[in-house]
Order: sequence, then C-alpha cells, then structure tokens
Amino acid sequence: MTLYILCFILFLIGIYGVLTRRNLIKIVISLTIMEFSVFLMLVLIGYISGGLAPLVVHPEGADISVVDPLPQTLVLTAAVIAVATNSMMLALAIRLYKKYGTFDIRKINELKG
Amino acid sequence: MENLLIIILVLMIIAALVSIHAKDLISAIIAQGFVGYGLVICFLLLKAPELALVQIVLETVTLIIILAVVCDSTMKEIGEPISKRDIFTYTLSFVLVAIFLFYFNKAIVGLNPFGEHTLRMSEMYVKEVLEFTGSANLVKGVLWDFRGLDTLGEATVLFTAAMGVLVILRISGKKQQLTKK
Repeated sequence: MTLYILCFILFLIGIYGVLTRRNLIKIVISLTIMEFSVFLMLVLIGYISGGLAPLVVHPEGADISVVDPLPQTLVLTAAVIAVATNSMMLALAIRLYKKYGTFDIRKINELKG
Repeated sequence: MENLLIIILVLMIIAALVSIHAKDLISAIIAQGFVGYGLVICFLLLKAPELALVQIVLETVTLIIILAVVCDSTMKEIGEPISKRDIFTYTLSFVLVAIFLFYFNKAIVGLNPFGEHTLRMSEMYVKEVLEFTGSANLVKGVLWDFRGLDTLGEATVLFTAAMGVLVILRISGKKQQLTKK
C-alpha cells in the first residue's frame, strides 16, 4: 500500500506543477512526471511477489509463476505514444517562443489580438 | 525489495519537486532525467526488463529534445513576484489535490495488496503463448499477436504525431510566401 500511495503522490506533484507553473517547458516536464507515475502504477499492480520476468524459459515446468505480462504490454504501448505527444508539445512551445519571444504563458495570453 | 522500491520512489518525488521549483531550465531538465532513470530502476526491480530497455531509450530521446528546445531559446526561468492570479492557481491546485486524494483513498480499497495480484485474463496468455505464437517472450507475444490491432493503432497515433510535428515546425507557411511575392 505504501508504494501505491507514494506513486500517487508523484502524480499529484505533476498536477501541482501543471497548474502553478508559468513556464511552458516546466508544464511539459510536469506532464512527463504524471505519465511516469501512471506507468509505474500499472506495473506495480501487475507485480506478483516471487514471480519471474515474463519469459518462457522452461516450457515443460508449468509451476513457475511469472509476473502479469498484460500491464507491461499496455505500458510499452503508452510509453511510446507519450514521447510522441511530448515532442509535439515541445514543437508547439518552440513555435510560440519564436513568435512571442517568451515561454511565459501569461505574456502569450496578453499579446493576443 | 519493497524497501528499496520505497527509497527509489521517495528520491524520485524529491527530484520531481526540485525539477518543478528549479531556478533555471537546465537543472529542471536534469532533475526530470533523474525521475526518468529512477523509473528504469523501478521497472528492473519489478521484473519488467523490456520496459526498462524501452524507457532508457525514450527518456534519453526526450531529454535530448527538451535540451535542444531550451538551447535554441532561453534557459532562464520566469522570476516575478507572486500576484493575485498565482494565489488563485495555488489554491485551485491544492483543492484538486485534496479531491484526488479523497477519491484515491476510496479506490485503493478495491486494489489487491502489493505482490498479491491474481492473473485473470493473462492466465491464457501465460499458458498458451508458446503454442499460439511461437514467441518465448510473453510481452512481445501479446504485443504483436494477441493484441496486434492495438499496436496498429499505436503506430497510427505515432504517425499522426510525427505529421503534426512536421506541420507545426514548417519554416514558412503558404500565406507568408504569397505576401512576399
């Protein structure tokens, strides 16, 4: 249970960063931290104590317990997509910097129109 | 092993706080790298070597992209005194954190304790992956065979994101070229 709570605290730190920071790069970093905590939570739920890595080493011995491969697969899918979306956010950030000369979201908001 | 995981997670939380409150962007990026590579160690301890390998590569790529963006623009963090809107965002974030904590406390009751997960759907995967797919690696067998359509969707999202980055970073738009002529 302690591990779940610590993992959730990491998620809350990400939310806090997204809501309170004004620098675009820091908002992207906070979103990355939130993604990391979600990945870790899924893998933590799929862990079985005493289980081995999900590889078929001895095909005959059926008694060997492995950790759940399904959350790991889904996290593998999600991690790649997370990097793609992050690079897209960073492309938007660099575009906004070239236009307004600042990463401050309030200045960008004030310069509209 | 659980104690080791707790130590690494606490270090990751400290690094995340340092990253959010850092005075310049380079140190924020370095602290974020600490969080990412700590995640790699957690994956290794949780018996997920595939994920650890993928995470090392993806974390390095992310760090390089953020560093390239920061080096191309500015490294300074915005330092201005706290205004009224800051107080509003801080209170909003603390209220949201409280709400999330309340519902997490309700949801955590339904979870199995750490290390006592029961295989439900993946029992079939674990038993029959060698027979059906011929792959000795369970994760790859599930990813490319049992859930191949999911992977196709992932590739589509990846392609769309790459096209989006290309469109955003195009140096000159059509309108600009027309006005120049």
